[in-house]
Amino acid sequence: MAFNIEINGKPHTVDVDADTPLLWVLRDVIGMTGTKFGCGMALCGACTVHIDGVATRSCITSVHSIGESKVTTIEAIGATPAGAAIQKAWLDHQVVQCGYCQSGQIMSAAALLQSNPDPTDADIDNAMSGNICRCGTYVRIREAIKLAAQAGKQGG
Amino acid sequence: MTLARTLSAGSNLSRRNFLVASAAAGGGLILGLALPFGRSEAAGSADFTPNAFIRIGSNGEVVLTMPYVEMGQGTYTAIPMLIAEELEMSLAQVRLEHAPPNEKLYANPLLGVQATGNSNAIRGAWKPLREAGATARTMLVAAAAQRWGVDQAACRAQNGEVIHEPTGRRASYGDLAAEASKMPVPESVSLKSPQDFTLIGTPAKRLDATAKVNGTAVYGIDARPAGVKIATLAQSPVFGGRVKSVDDTASTAVKGVQQIVRLDDAVAIVADHMGAAKKGLEALRIEWDDGPNAALGTEQVARQLEEATLKTGAVAQNVGDVEMAMANAATRLKARYEVPFLAHAALEPMNCTVHFRKEECEIWIGSQAVARVQAMAAQALGLPQDKVIVHNHLIGGGFGRRLEADGALRAVEIAKHVDGPVKVVWTREEDIQHDMYRPYWFDRLSAGLDGEGRPVAWSNRFAGSSVIARWLPPGFHDGLDLDSTEGAINLPYDLPNFHVEYVRVEPPGIPTAFWRSVGPSHNVFVTESFIDEMAAAARQDPVAFRRSLLSKSPRAKAVLDLAAEKAGWGEAVPKGRGRGVALQFVFGSYLAMVADVEVSEDGAVRVHRAVCAVDVGTAVNPDTVEAQVQGGVIFGTTAALYGEITLKNGRVEQANFDSYQMIRMNEAPTIEVHVVKSEEPPGGLGEAGTSLIVPAIANAVFAATGRRLRKMPIGTALAKQGN
Repeated sequence: MAFNIEINGKPHTVDVDADTPLLWVLRDVIGMTGTKFGCGMALCGACTVHIDGVATRSCITSVHSIGESKVTTIEAIGATPAGAAIQKAWLDHQVVQCGYCQSGQIMSAAALLQSNPDPTDADIDNAMSGNICRCGTYVRIREAIKLAAQAGKQGG
Repeated sequence: MTLARTLSAGSNLSRRNFLVASAAAGGGLILGLALPFGRSEAAGSADFTPNAFIRIGSNGEVVLTMPYVEMGQGTYTAIPMLIAEELEMSLAQVRLEHAPPNEKLYANPLLGVQATGNSNAIRGAWKPLREAGATARTMLVAAAAQRWGVDQAACRAQNGEVIHEPTGRRASYGDLAAEASKMPVPESVSLKSPQDFTLIGTPAKRLDATAKVNGTAVYGIDARPAGVKIATLAQSPVFGGRVKSVDDTASTAVKGVQQIVRLDDAVAIVADHMGAAKKGLEALRIEWDDGPNAALGTEQVARQLEEATLKTGAVAQNVGDVEMAMANAATRLKARYEVPFLAHAALEPMNCTVHFRKEECEIWIGSQAVARVQAMAAQALGLPQDKVIVHNHLIGGGFGRRLEADGALRAVEIAKHVDGPVKVVWTREEDIQHDMYRPYWFDRLSAGLDGEGRPVAWSNRFAGSSVIARWLPPGFHDGLDLDSTEGAINLPYDLPNFHVEYVRVEPPGIPTAFWRSVGPSHNVFVTESFIDEMAAAARQDPVAFRRSLLSKSPRAKAVLDLAAEKAGWGEAVPKGRGRGVALQFVFGSYLAMVADVEVSEDGAVRVHRAVCAVDVGTAVNPDTVEAQVQGGVIFGTTAALYGEITLKNGRVEQANFDSYQMIRMNEAPTIEVHVVKSEEPPGGLGEAGTSLIVPAIANAVFAATGRRLRKMPIGTALAKQGN
């Protein structure tokens, strides 16, 4: 059946089964490939998007469950202050390696910073431990989140 | 192909917009057909293509073709640094393209094939790619001198231009391209001295970073040729098994499912999207004929290897007379070590997109060995090689998995039954249960010490699969290959009587492949644990013991001293904690590592800190050197604490990240990397941290608990021993 969903401020109509995970609607039906597939079971975080600003694993989120909520993906997170700060810190701190998990990492980090502008190490662990990085960029992710938080405090 | 598919509209993030802009310009290129790579093909063109790596358009565009793939290790920044250094350009002035399959033009000189692995890219590229840049520079200077009627010696290249010093005349490379292409190719060129380097040795920002933080980076799994269908598959859960019967009644009823493809040993569901394909797959009822490996278990493999070490093997290295030295030793040690099968678990699951058009086949993939994909696909399809067009992509984690063409061949088999392009995406469960695994290894060692605790004899016989023997058969001869033995022989230590044998044993029912840090992933754990055992038997400090054996290896001694100093070696550590050291010379680089671990009451091991000293020779991009060690430490820590693939009834027991666990942010140690300044040629570094952290952790556990762990992973071993 057809579902109307709002992604990055734009309406989309997709004709799929109600239980189809949002991940595949984004990647295969609409063609937005920035959001990645890693595990299909909410174990790795590669598919993280924001639903009404909350970091959500799109691989287990059915298209039916979205309703009127607003979906934001990596393609548009740079338009939010927290997303832009995180992306800048990621570049300044040279976080990425293979980069495949980084869409999800950035979405989780942006959601953290949005709700908590000055996270502690424990806050970072809590927010980021659902995202696996097989290349092992954790050290730099931690530093980049702190850098983005610091920039937020200084720059306002 | 390009790194990013679309322009990031309004992005103000980028100081590297040239990369993103490459998308629009290069999006429609079909590599291998449209580009003038060889000089002869370029004759008469207005472009300047002095070699297969550089193309300077008369419009001023400078395109560098990357012979090795980018899978996170920073090749797409370090290789351009080598070329641009000699070409006298900034990194901001170049645009990158993935190389097409072409063994002649793009083979790694160290491997003899076009592949990215074994930490060989920078080692292989160091001289030829600087020469490529210098050749182009020399010809551009010659062209300018001829145009102006001046002496070449009075002209110099700088920042994408040639300048005539006495008159101040200048011309851009693009302006000179047509004339440069008619200049004779110099037979030899002079390379810059290290003191004149402006790029090499200075931390550079990655050229692929922007596309990877805004979602525009294009990996193999993101390929979307027009009309593409998505397929996922179930392969025989037992290696060597077959499909007996399929009931697809429920699957065909799933909305979006288009087709079911039955192969000998797999079934694929072709659908409009992966959601439908997965749902269709779950609804399939497949009966399997498990075949000859139906009863296979890991224990059977381990015992087969153990028995093999009781027989003689091929002698990998022999120094002195171990038997006599052992007979005269004051103290003797014996130990057996084992390491498990490991999956790669790259975060981008296996995938490959294929459009089979009867007389021709087009493939979209992220591969570490793109020419191998082309050759094997052509063979499988009975097509000439040039009828198989392969588009390579960024790789979402390689670690050796994508040196194999099995995923491409599987996709080709499926695509033969599908009208139009089909993207075959493996579920995580298929990816882990049908990997080609890091081999299981079994080692039997003995050593002798004299009355003063000095080592007088070392003997090691180990058994396991030779990946080289399958992957590159000419590399396996006289029962040996350089990968299986790396890290087990040519140790940095001065050991007067030293004997190492290797027994090749191919386990039944489970395929093996290269895995990050390859041979050393196993050998360095064994040798650095055993040398630690010798230090303990000699009642000596592990650093002092190693140090006393390094008189002939000053670079090894220097990194050991540096790591020990930075880690505060010798300082007291709290109860329940321990500090372990390890040292290696592999991939042409020297590394020393000190790990701090905590072992809790219930036996859980936590790695708090890793301090690494690195002598990689010339550190082309020092920032990447640091990043690769950081990543390697995490990768190796995952292996040491959790990594294990087991078989039961021929089936891999692990399936997803719940049963094949990865280190996460909350478990990540702090990692310090100290790089030694050096002008030696660069060594490899993408893998070195992985092999070294494993024994450093095991030795730290010994320091904390007095328990020697000779079988990886650590897992619950300490809990079982009732720590």
